[in-house]
Order: sequence, then C-alpha cells, then structure tokens
Amino acid sequence: MSDFQPIILKNITDLHNIEVYMKNGGYSAFKKALKLTPEAIIEEVKKSGLRGRGGACFPTGMKWSFMPQKTDKPKYLCANGDESEPASFKDREIFEKNPHQFIEGTLIACKAMGIKTAYVYIRGEYYPWIVMLQKAIDDAYAKGLIGKNILGSDFSTEIYIHRGAGAYICGEETALLNSIEGKRGMPRFKPPFPANFGLWGCPTTINNIETLANIPPIIDNGGEWFSKIGEPKHAGSLLYGLSGHINKPGIYELPSGTLLTDLIYKYGGGVKDNKAIKMIIPGGSSMPPLTAGEIEGLQMDNEHLKSVNSYIGTGGIVVMNEDTDVVKVIKRITKFYYHESCGQCTPCREGCGWMLRILDRIDKGMGRSEDIELLRDVANNIEGNTICAFGDAAAWPVKWAIKKFMPDFEKKVKESVELPIANKVHSLRLTVQE
Amino acid sequence: MEIKFTEENLKKLEEAKSHYPTNDAALMSALWLAQYQFGWLSTDVMKYVGNLLNIPYEHVLGVAEFYTMYNKKPVGKHHLQVCTNVSCMLCGGYDVVDYISNKLYISVGETTPDGKFTLIEAECLGSCGTAPMMQINDYYEENLTKDKIDAILDKLAKSE
Repeated sequence: MSDFQPIILKNITDLHNIEVYMKNGGYSAFKKALKLTPEAIIEEVKKSGLRGRGGACFPTGMKWSFMPQKTDKPKYLCANGDESEPASFKDREIFEKNPHQFIEGTLIACKAMGIKTAYVYIRGEYYPWIVMLQKAIDDAYAKGLIGKNILGSDFSTEIYIHRGAGAYICGEETALLNSIEGKRGMPRFKPPFPANFGLWGCPTTINNIETLANIPPIIDNGGEWFSKIGEPKHAGSLLYGLSGHINKPGIYELPSGTLLTDLIYKYGGGVKDNKAIKMIIPGGSSMPPLTAGEIEGLQMDNEHLKSVNSYIGTGGIVVMNEDTDVVKVIKRITKFYYHESCGQCTPCREGCGWMLRILDRIDKGMGRSEDIELLRDVANNIEGNTICAFGDAAAWPVKWAIKKFMPDFEKKVKESVELPIANKVHSLRLTVQE
Repeated sequence: MEIKFTEENLKKLEEAKSHYPTNDAALMSALWLAQYQFGWLSTDVMKYVGNLLNIPYEHVLGVAEFYTMYNKKPVGKHHLQVCTNVSCMLCGGYDVVDYISNKLYISVGETTPDGKFTLIEAECLGSCGTAPMMQINDYYEENLTKDKIDAILDKLAKSE
C-alpha cells in the first residue's frame, strides 16, 4: 500500500505548532465529540477495532467500556509514555511531531469516560520531550481547549505531566499507578482491575500514547473507516521502529500487516554492508526473536506474528546481521531485565540474576554442558509465576533464543568443554615425550 | 550549607502538589527539584523533602533508591550516561564507553578528579534509531562518532 497516508506522523511541517495543527483540521474531532454522548464515542472506538499500542493489544473500546459511568469517586486517565522497552522509541516521535493529536485524543477519552483529571506519565530521561509536550499543553490551555468549561460546554478536564525517574517497570500499568501516587513502582495484583480500583482506589484507565493519538481520526472519519486500514484483526497504522544493523533506522508509520521484508529492504534500506540476517526481534526486546528463515512473507501484526510464536509488542524491530553473537545479545537483554526487576516476586528477582550468571559463563567460554538445560529450566520457572508480565518478558527472549538458535549456544558450550580436555591431552603428550 | 529550597522551587513544589489529591504524590516532583538544586540526594536532603511533604524519611529513601535517575551519591557536573542496550550495542555502544573511559581516564561509575565528568552505562534511553548515543545531564547526543565525542567533551571541558 504505497498510497497510504500516515494518520499520526503526517507529512506537514511544524505540525507541533497549535496554529498549524488547527489549520489542518485539528481539534475538530474533539469539538464533534463534545456534542456526542459518551456511549456514542465508545461505540465508535469499538467499531474501529483499535487495539492498545503498548504491547498487549487489548481492544481500546472495550477497555473504555469497563469504566463505571455512574460513580461518586473521581475518575482518572493515565497516558502511558514510559516507553522504556529496548528498541521502542515511537512515543517520543509523537511528542515531538504531533503532540496536539495526542492531547486531542486524551480530551476525547476524558469526555467518553467522564474523566476530570488526566496524567501523562513520561519517563524521566525524556526531559526534552517533556518540555515539548508541556509547551503544547500550555498552548492548548491558552486556547481554552483544556481546563474548566471547555469551549463553553459543561465539560471540564485537566491534563498534568508526571515525570518518571528511570524505571522500566513503571510502564506496567499498575506499577505506573503506584509511581504516580509517589510510591516505588511495583506492580499490583489484578484483580481488582484499575477500571474499578486504580489511582487512589478510584476508577482509572491506562492507555498508551500512540493509542490515544489514534482517537481523533477515528472520531473524525468514523470507526468503519479506521477498521479498513491494514489487517482487520489489528486495524490501523503502526509506528514501526527500525534499529540495529540497518541502513535507514527510524520510525515508519505504515498499515498493520506490512511485510517485514518490505520494512527492512524497502523502507529501511536493507541490512548494513549487504550482509545476511541472523536474528530479528520483532517488537521490543521482550518479544521472542525470529530467525532469518521465518521472515519471508511474514506480515507485521499481532495475528500473523503469533504463527511464528512471537508478538508485535511495541513494534520496535531490531535487525541483526550474520556476524552477530546471539549469546552476547541475549546476555545483554537479560542484564537489562536483571537491572530493572522491581524485586517483588522471587522467581523474577532471583531468576533474572541466575540467568545472567549462566549466560555470562557460557559467553566467557566457561559454560558447562548442562547449562543450556538449566537456563531453559530457570526461564520456564519465571514465566507465568510473577505478579506482572515482566517475568514473561524476561523469560521469553532466553527461552525462544535457545529453541531457535540452539547451535550458537551449543557451539559456545562445546568450545569451552573441549578446551580443558585439549590442555590435558597436551600435557599428557608432553609427559610421555619426557 | 543550609538545606533549603529556593523561593522559586518552593513555588514549583506548591504547583506540583496542586496536581494531586495527596501530598505523597508530589514526592517524585520534590525529589527532582531537590536534585536540580543540590546536585544529588543526600540523607539530609531527603529528610528535608520528607519534612516538607510530611512523609517519613524511610519512605523518601525507599522511593529515591528505587528510581535510577535520582543520584544517591555526588556526580560530576556533566553526567555522561552511555546507552549500551541491544540497538546501541549492535551499533557500537560499548566502543563509546571504552573510548570515553580511555579519554577521561575513568572507568564506568567513576568521576574525574576535577569533578567535571561522571561516566555511567545506561539502559535503553529510547533513542534506538539514532544509535549509538549518550545522555549528558538532561540532553541527548545521538549518532556518536569518535570525532563527535571529542568535540562534545572538549566543549564541555572548556565550559565553566
């Protein structure tokens, strides 16, 4: 689909400027939504088939409908811009290039669920982008688009930015709630779900930045229009992030279901130095990696990726060439999870460190023959045994890399086993000669 | 040195408090303000912040320890945080660490004797498309090459 027009990262200069944004039809969807009933907005989003862009791919309309319409408690919206998954860097592109579409989407979400306070959680490292978004929010306040009695209606809402301080786990929705409450970002048990018991025990919805940025075009053009973009089961466009050994890395907005080979060779300009591909991570470091044999004809959306036992995640694609040391890459990823584990659940806290130590000795040529089995065993015992999905995220890359790249692991272990034997034989020979 | 927020920071803290229904929630904003004013979070600073917000010191310490960006020990004037996660590693993130380490004669986690530079290895900073990269205090330096690193460090070394 070469005639595809980007929905979020539109090709308009200075779109981050509120004047330019409004000249190009900005905030018209919000004005339209102000006249609609909450049910009608949620129905439209449901019809669009929009799924959450944070990795779990949960239908957004359904998530919104979980919020109680009648309650005495205040309700909250949290926009998740923690974006700490290695290889994903899409939200900062939205803050930089089209912050107002995200703000507009947030306002529509607030209207649909009757929310008076929205928090935008942004990772602490993104200071320059926090400044950019704050500027955009201030401009919108000045135009009377946020605040009390917006545009003369009886609808009021406030949007605040909450700056994180460097914790990957705060991208997990319940950890994010704890972080906003000023606590350590440790995930909570579910149930109760945030829609009933979220921020300060009040009904709360958490949406990804990209998800909210998709809302204005849905309200503008209708849910049906949106549902026809890309793959029906995972409708809309995705912000694919290309990085690693690739000629033109960056963010590409394309319809879901775009061929992975097209992404790499047509848009990404191919692999650096024309080398062959060894491994690909399809959607952020926690997603099971793919082999070169699996990429031919593979469409990039959640349904098709399931056929090769992987997921779309955040759409961050890492391309690795034939010279890449798989064990080193997996070790680095595991080191990340070891560093970022919040320490709440034993399997994850202890398991990540254990996996790192095993991988480290395999990488250094001191691995034992039983290490690969042990590694798989530890990974299997982390997966599914933790409060949040972090445990799965740490276990998957290890588990699937062993499954798909066994020869690389075996080679490293074998080399290390043979070395002492060789030494022994060598010394024996010397003794005999003497 | 007496530990006390400037008038401006006190005003900012009041504004942050107004965003949330509880005082506790303003803790992260307060710790950021403290870090910008005092450079790092000493025990006394954390106690001061706790008193301001009516939060026990232990809770403040717990939060400060949990988040990696709060400095629990003094850092140099320019905090060089080099990303070495997957995408940066593939594009030479570790070479950047080694190069800076050799150039400044410090290893990872150390500060130069003049107190100007601290070098650390950071986890993914969300700049994978422009790897390798590093964050210096609040700002990003992307697509690093040896020449670029030389230029950046020389400029920073000369600045007051």
